[in-house]
Amino acid sequence: MKASGLPALLKDAALTAFVAAALGLFIVGFRTVDVGSTKGLAFDYQFADLAVAVVAIFAGRLGLSFAAEGARWPALILGAVLGAIGAAPIELPSAFLHWFVGLAGLLVIGRTLWPWASRRVGQATQSPRGRMVGRAGTRWFSWILLAAAVVLPLTPFADQKTMDLGVLILTYVMLGWGLNIVVGLAGLLDLGYVAFYAVGAYSYALLSTQWGLGFWAVLPIAGAMAATFGLVLGFPVLRLRGDYLAIVTLGFGEIIRLVLVNWVDLTNGPAGIGGIPGPTFFGAVFAETAPAGHRTFAEMMGVPFAATQRLIFLYYIILVLALITNLFALRMRRLPVGRAWEALREDETACRALGINPTNTKLTAFAVGAMFAGFAGSFFAAKQRFVSPESFVFIESAIILSIVVLGGMGSQIGVVLAAVLLIGLPEWFRDLGTYRMLAFGLAMVLIMAFRPRGLIAHREPTVRLQAEPRGGGG
Amino acid sequence: MTATPSLIDVERLTMRFGGLLAVDDVSFSARPREITAIIGPNGAGKTTVFNCITGFYKPTVGRLTLRGDRDYLLERMLGHEIGQRARVARTFQNIRLFTGMTVLENLMVAQHNKLMLASGMSVFGVFGLKRYRTAEAAAIEMARGWLERIGLVADADRPAGELPYGAQRRLEIARAMCTEPLLLCLDEPAAGLNPRESAALNDLLISIRDRDGVGVLLIEHDMSVVMTISDHVVVLDYGRKIAEGPPADVRRDPAVIRAYLGTAEGEGEPSV
Amino acid sequence: MAYFSQQLINAITLGAVYGLIAIGYTMVYGIVGMINFAHGEIFMIGAFISLIGFIICGLLGIGSAPVAIVLVLLLAMAFTAIYGWAVERLAYRPLRHSFRLAPLISAIGMSISLQNYVQLTQGARPKPGGQIVSGGYNLFSADGFDVRVTWLQIIIVLVTIVLMGGFTWVIARTSLGRQQRACEQDIKMAALLGVNVDRTISLTFVVGAALAAVAGMLFLMYYGVIDFFIGFLAGIKAFTAAVLGGIGSLPGAMLGGLLIGLIEVFWAGYFSSEYKDVAVFGILVLVLIFRPSGLLGKPEIEKV
Repeated sequence: MKASGLPALLKDAALTAFVAAALGLFIVGFRTVDVGSTKGLAFDYQFADLAVAVVAIFAGRLGLSFAAEGARWPALILGAVLGAIGAAPIELPSAFLHWFVGLAGLLVIGRTLWPWASRRVGQATQSPRGRMVGRAGTRWFSWILLAAAVVLPLTPFADQKTMDLGVLILTYVMLGWGLNIVVGLAGLLDLGYVAFYAVGAYSYALLSTQWGLGFWAVLPIAGAMAATFGLVLGFPVLRLRGDYLAIVTLGFGEIIRLVLVNWVDLTNGPAGIGGIPGPTFFGAVFAETAPAGHRTFAEMMGVPFAATQRLIFLYYIILVLALITNLFALRMRRLPVGRAWEALREDETACRALGINPTNTKLTAFAVGAMFAGFAGSFFAAKQRFVSPESFVFIESAIILSIVVLGGMGSQIGVVLAAVLLIGLPEWFRDLGTYRMLAFGLAMVLIMAFRPRGLIAHREPTVRLQAEPRGGGG
Repeated sequence: MTATPSLIDVERLTMRFGGLLAVDDVSFSARPREITAIIGPNGAGKTTVFNCITGFYKPTVGRLTLRGDRDYLLERMLGHEIGQRARVARTFQNIRLFTGMTVLENLMVAQHNKLMLASGMSVFGVFGLKRYRTAEAAAIEMARGWLERIGLVADADRPAGELPYGAQRRLEIARAMCTEPLLLCLDEPAAGLNPRESAALNDLLISIRDRDGVGVLLIEHDMSVVMTISDHVVVLDYGRKIAEGPPADVRRDPAVIRAYLGTAEGEGEPSV
Repeated sequence: MAYFSQQLINAITLGAVYGLIAIGYTMVYGIVGMINFAHGEIFMIGAFISLIGFIICGLLGIGSAPVAIVLVLLLAMAFTAIYGWAVERLAYRPLRHSFRLAPLISAIGMSISLQNYVQLTQGARPKPGGQIVSGGYNLFSADGFDVRVTWLQIIIVLVTIVLMGGFTWVIARTSLGRQQRACEQDIKMAALLGVNVDRTISLTFVVGAALAAVAGMLFLMYYGVIDFFIGFLAGIKAFTAAVLGGIGSLPGAMLGGLLIGLIEVFWAGYFSSEYKDVAVFGILVLVLIFRPSGLLGKPEIEKV
C-alpha cells in the first residue's frame, strides 16, 4: 500500500469524483419545482452546486489518500484549503456548500492527525501516570458534570433558551440511559423505543385530562403501563435473532403510532391532546394565577412570579428522573440480572448452557428500558402540555439509538456526551439545524466505520477479585 | 458391570437432519463419579449426542433420563432448564466464553440462578440488602476457589478474551463447574493444548471426578487423554455405537480398530 | 364478485412492486446476512430519478409513451444502481468484520442520510408525476360494477414478469449467478476457490438497486405522486414480503410480495384502510414468531 505515486492517487480521486457526479447528476442537478397546478413540474438547474460539491469531493478524496499514504503535509494543506474555503465569506451557490466544503476539510485534517493523536493518547494512557490521571479523570469528570448540571439554573446563564435546551438535553440523556439498558447492556437492538415513550406520554395526557390525576400520581402508573407494554410486546418477539428483533420492534413502534393516529375516540387522532396540566410542587402550580383550590408557587414561596420558575422546576424534575435512571442502571449492572444481560449480549448459546433463561432475562431488560421511557414520556407530556402522534415517529427512536451508539454502547457518561453533541450542538448552531438529520445519519455511518465501540469504549468490570489498583504499579 | 445406579441413561437416541441420519439408535449410560468418554472418527455423531443431551437439538427419537434429585427427561426440557434444574453443564468445541467480560465475571454469570434467588429476583439487590451481599461474597469465594484450581487467580480481573488459549479452555471448564452440575459434558477439552497443558487438564478432570464427585462425559480425539483418565468408553461410528466398555477392552475391540483404520486420514488411531 | 376481482387485480399490481423491492432485501441477506436497511431509500431514489427522467423526456419532446418508458427505465436502473454500489462501498464494506450490530446501525444511518439528502435537494413537498399511460380495458361487468384492468397495470405486471424471468436466468445460468450462490453457501470457501467476493457482493447490491429502481418507476406511474418519505413504508413492507416468503429465497420474495399486496388491498377494501399498515406489520410479527424461516425458506440449524 506504500507510495502508489501521485498519478495513481489522482486517478483514484478522479474516479471518486466521477462516481459522485453520477450520483448527483439527477438528484442534485435537476431540482424539481412546482410551476402551478396545471403545468406540473419544472426544473431548477443546480449544476453549479453539483460542480462545487464534486470538486470538494475530489480534493477531499485526494487528501484522505495522502493521509493514508502517510504524506502528512500535502494532506494538511489540502484540508486547510478546503476548511478555509468553507469558512470564508465568499459566494458559494448555497449555504449548505459552505458546510459541505468546510466539513470535508475538517475530515481530511482529522484523518491526517488521527494516527498521530491516537498514538500519543495511547502512550499517555499506558504510562502509569497517565493511567492514574485517566482513572481520576473519569471518576471526577462525572461529578463535575453533575455539579455543573445542578448549579446551572442558579447561574446568570439560566435564561429561557438555555433552560429549554437543558430540559431537552436531559430528556434525551434519560431516554439514552433507558435505551442503554436494552441496547448497550443486553445487546437487543430496539428500533421502536419511542413507542414506550408514547405510551408514557399518552398515559399522563389521558389520565390527567380525563380523570384529573396529577403528574406525581401518574408517573408510576405511566412507568408501569410502559413496562407492561414492553412485556406484552417483548414476550413473543424476544426469541428472535438480533436483526429480526430490530425490524419487529420497528414494526411495533409504527403500529403504536398508527393506533394513536387512527383511534380518534381515545386519542383525538392527529389533532392530539391539549390542555395537559403541568407538574405541581407540593400542590402549588406554576402560573401567574392559580385555579380555585390551588395556590401558585410564587405565593407559596413568597417570591414574585417569573416565567422561568416553571422551567427551572421542570429542569430539576428531569434531572432527578435522569439520575434515578442512571443509578438504577448502574445498580442493575452489578446484580446477577445485569451480568446476565451482558453475558447474553456476548453469547446467548453459552448462557443457555449455563442454565440462564434467555427469554426472561431479555424480557426484564426490555421492560425496565420501557419503564424509563414511560417515565420520560409522562414528563414530556407534562412539559409540552400537548401530545400528538407526530412526536413519536421512527426518527425519534433513531436519534435515541444514535445517542447510545455514539456514546459507546453500555457507557453511561458516553450517553451524556453524545446527547450534548447530537442534541445540544444542532440547537446552538441554528443554521446547521436543517441539515441536522443528514449529519445524524452520516455520523452513524462514520462512527461505525471508525470507532464502532463509540466515544467511550472502556468497560468497567462489575465485580473485582483484587482491589482496584490505585496510582502506579498496576 | 457394577451395580451402581447410572447418572444418565441414553436410550435409543436417534437424530435425523433432513435426509442425514446423524445418530442412529444409540444407547449408553454414564455413572456418577466416573469419566465416560465418547470417541469415534470425525462425523461419527459425538457432538450431536452432546447437543441432544444439553437441549440444543430435539432428538428425533429416544429417551434421555438424568437421575438427579429426581428423574429428568431431558428431551422434554427447554435448553436452559437442563442446566438449571437437571444440572447438566457443558463446554463447547470452539470455546464460548464471554470474551468482553472479566474472568471473574464469567464465573459469576455461571452462578446466575443461585444469585438471582438470593437477590430476590433483583428486588433485594437493588436496595443493597444484606442477604444478597452475603450471597455475592460466597459466590466470589467459590469463583476464587476455582481460579486457584485452574491457576488463574492473578488474571481474575482481565477480560476473558485476553487469556491464552489453554487458559480459556480451563476457564470454560471452571465456568461450567460453577453451575454446580451433576453431569459435566466436555466437548474436546484437550483440543489445541500442548502436552504440558494436556497433562494439567487430566489432573483437573480427575480432581473433578474424585474431589467434586461429578460425573464427566467427554468427547475426545486425543487417545492419550481418553485411555489415561476415562473409566468407561463408548465408541461411535457413522452415528452408531460400535463398542462400549473399559478403555483396555475397547482398545482391543476389532470393530473399533476397523473403524479407525478405515478412515483415510487415520487421524486419532487408538494407540497409547 | 366484481368487487373482489377488481381488488384482486389491484392487489397483484401492488404485489409486483413489493416483490421487486423484496428481491433486493433477500439477495443481500442471502449473501452477507444483513438487512440492507437503506434499500427502501434506494427505491425512493429510483422513483425520483424516474420522475426527473420523464420530465426530461417531456422537454426533449419524446411524445411516444413506450419509448419514454423504456428510456426512463434504463436511465433509472443505471443511475440507481450506482447508488446501490456506493452504499455498499461506503456503509457496509468497511464493517464486514465488525461486531454483529454494526452494519445494521450503519444501514440505519445511511437510510436517514439518503432520505434527508433527497429532502434537501428535491424539497419536502410531494411531487406529482403526471399521467404517462392512461386508459384500460373493461374485463366484464357484474352487479353494475365494471371490472377494469388499466394498461398501466398490465405494463406493471408484464415488466415484473420479464424482469423476474431474466433475473432467475441470471442466477441459474450465468457465472455471476454461480458466484452469488457460492457466496451464499459459504463466503470463506468461495473466496478460497477464487470467487471475487467483493465484486460479487457489489454486484448483488447493484442488481438489487436496479430492480428497486424499476419498482420505483412503476410506483411513480401507478400512484402518480412521490415524496422523499415513500422509501420507509415501502421498504418495511417489502422486507416483510421477503421474510414472509422466506428470506434468502428469490421465489419466496416474489410470493411474499404478492401476499403482502393481497393483504394490504383486501384489508383496505373489506375492513378499514386506516389499519392496513397495522395488518401488514401484524403479519410480519406473526410470521417471525411462528415460522421464522418463512414460507419457502430453509430452517436454520444452529451450529454449536
